[in-house]
Amino acid sequence: MQLAQVIGDVVATMKDANLAGIKILLLQPVNPAGEASGRTLVALDSIGAGVGEHVFFVRGREAAYPFYPAEPPTDATIVGIVDHWTIG
Amino acid sequence: MILAKIVGTVVATRKDERLVSNKLLVARPVDPRGKAEGTYLVAVDTVDAGVGETVLIVSGSSARMASGMKDCPVDAAIVGIVDHVDVREPVQAGAVRQER
Repeated sequence: MQLAQVIGDVVATMKDANLAGIKILLLQPVNPAGEASGRTLVALDSIGAGVGEHVFFVRGREAAYPFYPAEPPTDATIVGIVDHWTIG
Repeated sequence: MILAKIVGTVVATRKDERLVSNKLLVARPVDPRGKAEGTYLVAVDTVDAGVGETVLIVSGSSARMASGMKDCPVDAAIVGIVDHVDVREPVQAGAVRQER
């Protein structure tokens, strides 16, 4: 899983039927210092995250599991909102 | 998932039989503001997208979860046509609360 900040949202009317009703957010991965690190990506939201919040997200096939038994076609899903983190 | 812009189509007569009757498109990944980045990729279209549209592409084994792609040899599928993207907050370094 990776840390990221939610920086926006994506609106798509025409989409896979299994994506209906699921919020789609724009993520900017961040490093432990909170600085942007790497390319932005689009992720589904399974926990009610909002723009500006720090979150962690899961990549790959497992990204569909939070929606079980539904199987939305996703390779990235937000699974937690970060309150704070500690390094070292 | 990534944002990408459709830039072309792919026609292949000889292909895996599980790809028959699927539309293949050439897409260029873009950043949230529409600027192209990275290399072109071929993605199978499940939402009837067309050239010039911005789409959502799901990659890897997750692409097989797109509608009608079960057990198909694909690693990139177009699963949504993007109406618009709202980028509301730039990432600010040092804006994170940290405890040391």
